[in-house]
Parts: sequence; C-alpha cells; structure tokens
Amino acid sequence: MSVAAEQVADVRARGLTPLWACSAVAFLLFSLAVGVLAGPVDLGVGAVLESAAARLHVPWTSTPLSSTEEAILWEIRVPRVVLAALVGAMLALAGAAYQGVFRNPLADPYLLGVAAGAGLGATIAIAYLPDGLRGQRALPVAAFVGGAVAVLLTYAVGRSARRERDAATLVLAGVTVAAFFTAWQTFVQQQNAETLQQVYSWILGNIPSTGWSDVVLILPYVAVAVVVILALRRVVDVLSLGDDEAASLGVDVRRVRLALVVAATLGTAAAVAVSGLIGFVGIIVPHAIRLLSGVGYRALLPLSVLIGAGFLVLADVIARTALSPAEIPLGVVTAFFGAPFFALVLRTTRGGGA
Amino acid sequence: MAALAVFASGAVGGRSTLQQTVASETVPAQFPVTIVTPAGEVTITKKPRRIVSLSPTATESLFAIGAGAQVVAVDDQSDYPKAAPRTTLSGFTPNVEAIALYRPDLVLIAYDPKGLSEALERLGITVVHHDGAATFKGAYQQIRQLGLATGHKAEATRLIGRMKSKIAGIVKTARKAGRGLSVYHELTPDLYSATSKTFVGKVYAELGLRNIADEADAVGTGYPQLSAEYVVSASPDVIVLADTVCCGQKPSTVAARPGWDRISAVRTGSIVRIDDSIASRWGPRLVNFFRAMSSALARLRQ
Repeated sequence: MSVAAEQVADVRARGLTPLWACSAVAFLLFSLAVGVLAGPVDLGVGAVLESAAARLHVPWTSTPLSSTEEAILWEIRVPRVVLAALVGAMLALAGAAYQGVFRNPLADPYLLGVAAGAGLGATIAIAYLPDGLRGQRALPVAAFVGGAVAVLLTYAVGRSARRERDAATLVLAGVTVAAFFTAWQTFVQQQNAETLQQVYSWILGNIPSTGWSDVVLILPYVAVAVVVILALRRVVDVLSLGDDEAASLGVDVRRVRLALVVAATLGTAAAVAVSGLIGFVGIIVPHAIRLLSGVGYRALLPLSVLIGAGFLVLADVIARTALSPAEIPLGVVTAFFGAPFFALVLRTTRGGGA
Repeated sequence: MAALAVFASGAVGGRSTLQQTVASETVPAQFPVTIVTPAGEVTITKKPRRIVSLSPTATESLFAIGAGAQVVAVDDQSDYPKAAPRTTLSGFTPNVEAIALYRPDLVLIAYDPKGLSEALERLGITVVHHDGAATFKGAYQQIRQLGLATGHKAEATRLIGRMKSKIAGIVKTARKAGRGLSVYHELTPDLYSATSKTFVGKVYAELGLRNIADEADAVGTGYPQLSAEYVVSASPDVIVLADTVCCGQKPSTVAARPGWDRISAVRTGSIVRIDDSIASRWGPRLVNFFRAMSSALARLRQ
C-alpha cells in the first residue's frame, strides 16, 4: 500500500466502536485489579477486598489486615499502581499524538529530545546538588526542567530552519538536540563516577514506591495533556493527511501542531521525571491498537490512554513480582514482553490480510 | 547496576597466594619481590619511591602501613586520609599520559578498563591490580601484598594483627547484642542492597545479623534491588544507610517514606549512618564499620 493510500485509509478508518471502548475499559480495570492484588507481599485477595470495603465505609466491614499490611497496601502498592497507570497512559498517548502530528510511525514520546534533556537534568541534580537537596525530591523537578528545556530548544532550532517541511525539520532538530544533551550528560556522568550507579538506575526506568507524592506531582501535567490532546483528536486525523491538505481543510497547522506537541511534551517530561526512561510503550501500544482495531486517531488517542495505562500497570506487576522480593527495571520488562507481543500482533494482522 | 558491578566485579579475588623470591626473614632487603594477585604475578624489582594509587582502598592501606611518604599522587576518589596527595586522576576513566606525568614506579589500581595496566606496563611502570575483596581474608591479603610491594612488610603484618584483634573484640561483645536481629543495608534510595555474599554483607554475618536482602537475590548478583513492600513487611531491626553522602539519606528521610514508619528500626531509631566510602571500601577502616555497628546494636539492646 502506498503512503498516500495508507493516509487516506487512516482518515476513513473507523471511529470508536462500543466494543473497543468497552474492551479497553475492561482491560484497564482488570490491570488495576491485578496491580492491587499482586505484589511481593501476599496480602490475600479477600483481605484486600475487605480492606477496600472498609476504606469506602461500607457498613459492617473492618479490615482484616495488620497496620503494616494496611500501610503496604494503601501507602505503597496502590499509589504505585496509580502512578504506573498515569505514566503508561501518558507515554502511549504522547506516542500516538506524535505519530499523527509528525506522520512518522516510528515517532515515540522521546522524539523531540525530552528523554535526553530529562536525563541531563537528572544527572546534574545527582552530581552537583548540595547534600541537603539531593534527596529523591529534587530529581524529578530537575528531570522535568531538563526535558522541557530540551524540547524548547528543539522547537527553536526547528523554527530557525524555516523549511517548508516543518514536521521533518522538527524531527531532525530533535535528533540534534538529543545528541547534544546526551553527550553533555555522559560527560557530567564520567566526571562524577560516584553518581554512575544512580544515573544508570534512573535511565533503566522504574515506577518508584514513593507513595502519593509523585502521583500528585505529575497528575496536573498528565491531566492537562490528556484533555488538550483528546480535545484535538479529530484534528490529528486531518493533520495526518499532510500539512497542505490540512491547511486547505481550514486547520491552522502550525498552531494546532504546537498545542499538541507542547501538551504531549509537558506530560511526557512529567512522566519521565518520576519514572525514568521506559521505552517501547509509546510505540507499541498505539500501533498494536491500530493494527488490531483499524481505528483512526480520533479513536486511537482515547484508546491509547486506557490501554497504555493498563499495559504499564501489568508490566510493573511483572517488575515487582517476577523476582520477588527483588525488582526488575521496568524498562527491561516493557521491551522484553512488549517486543514478542508486538511481533505476534504484526504476524496475526498480516495473516488476516490487513 | 554498572557501577556496583564495577565495585563488586573483583568479588572473586582474595584467594591469591604470595611468595617471596628472596625468602629471607632476617635480611632487611626485601627486593626484588614477587606477589601473586588475582590479576597475575607481579615482580617489584626495587623499593618504589613514586607510587600512584588509583584505588581509594589502596590509598588508605598505604598510609596505614607507613608507605604514605612514597605516594606522589592519588585519584580523585581517594578522600582518606586527608594527607593523601589527591589529584584529578581518575580510576574509572584513567588517562595513561596523565598518570605517566607523575613518573610513577608503581601504580595501584582497583579497576582495569581498556587495557590500562598493559599500557602502563609498556611504559615500564609496575602495576598492582587489587579488585574489590570478597572476604576479610582477601582484604588482609591485599594489605599484606601492599606491604611487600612497598617495603613495609612488618608494618602491614602489624596492621593486620591490630585489625584482626580489634574486630575479634568487637564481634565478641556485639554478637550477643545482635543475636536474632535482622538488618537492611541500603546502597541507594531506590533500595539496592547487599547480600551476605558481598564484602559488607560479611560484616553483618560476622555480627550474627540476619540480612533481609539474602532472600531477594535469586539471580545471585549480591546486589538485588528490593521492593519497598518487602522491606516494610520484613521490618528489619537495624537499617544501615550507605547512601548518606551520595544521596543525602538520613533517618528522617527514611522515616518519611510511605509505610516505613511501621518498620522496627524506624520505630526504635536504629538507623546507622555509615560514610559511603567506609561501607564501599575494604581497607583498614573496616574496623570503624564494625565499631559503628556494634555501638548501634548496644544502643538497641539498652
């Protein structure tokens, strides 16, 4: 199929069918339930349900859990599940939005240098901040600032080129900025060898057990990003036709693209700030949905939120339990289990004559 | 875990043997001398006058055995003792030319990246490579070999004797206090820990403590990342923070972590702050580590 034909097919593609909407919600609910019930400490399914009922003030219920078990469930496990859901939703949504905006199937949330910038911010925080500030709290802020600065720079470089093919120029600017920031980060890291372990563990990506504080930290950014991108979901379908075509349909291409990119970037920077670099989610989730359902962006974007959230919650369950009570870096899990799954999706959809 | 792996990669060491080519106990001339390290056999032809140490542990040992005056430069991580001539030389990303500028006759390393030792040897510089020790025996062996290599054999022997007797004394009293207690050793705030297989872990084993990381090391790296749920439910009696310098951790930051106020060590205030460098080296300050642990256990039993 030619590129143009594929794009036309995309626009004609179906909207959100009730079956897909219900399946996605069911998948997310299932993942959340597994996430809350499974963990390195076995609390028992019944006990967890009773404890939840007691929390919701259901009459005549009381928690069968000890105070330590209550803390494990409500202060460690549940916030971590919520955080994984937020990060997964954000990465999948940003990936899908970028793929539409840049008309590039390989676009992922880290395309415009946000990962490299966040990595530099985190490394600088780990290496240079004074002891008092160097606790876990300063790291996400520094990573967020680094990610945002990198994307701003990408945008500035892209704008300065003043080429016709705006989208492609922006991607090249992103590659340039990412290379520069990565080099800078490696240099800082080499100069401060004692920080190597911490930086490395951040780069591998994981959902931290930091209670509700990280959830509160990223929730506003993720919420704004989700609202903005979903509000523009029909425009993404038009944008995916090409800039000229979109403009002829009355879309202010530059402004819409800017709004989408800013929303996706802020959300991604917030997600990266707390979880480090979790690869693959932003590419595999949107593509798997597209291949399986054949929907256009106006349906793909909301589905990516639901399925991305569920996918990362399940991946984090594996990270927490596979080698329990030790942990596996989440970035390793997403790629290790995500890649074969995606290969299967590719195979079945091709086999089905799609 | 790259850096940890670097620190721990030598964990197989310590089973080295040593021999003297001039086997003479009475004659003061100790050179030439041959030592057998895990990295191979090294012959030192005459007493070294210009030593460069790229290993913070070796630096501490050199000064403890009276070889400090022979040391012309130490690496940027060698922050103890203060008298050590600290430079910008790096043991992790070493530059052969920068090292050669100090015209050393002996270079001590704990890490040998990209053929560092080969390059130095080609310049006619003797290299002794002592990886991280896995056992106390291995750590003493390294001090003994440094004594031989620098012409301070007697001082090295005396230092080892002092360390052994001090540690034995501490262990004798502390073992009673530590009986039945569990310990969690924290390397980083994201809960990387060290099992009984590792050098630090052996300190806890020696004190009779049960290490909660042992259960989590299915892969056998010695340095598993624990899940927060597990640490809270295991509720260790003692927490040792080896991430006070790197990552600003202290008892109050530990107590503020979600759910951690339920942990026994947090409730009793049995959180030991150990200088990262003491906990990650295997030199003479091993005694300080034992002393810090024993006073924490004594406080806990009061």
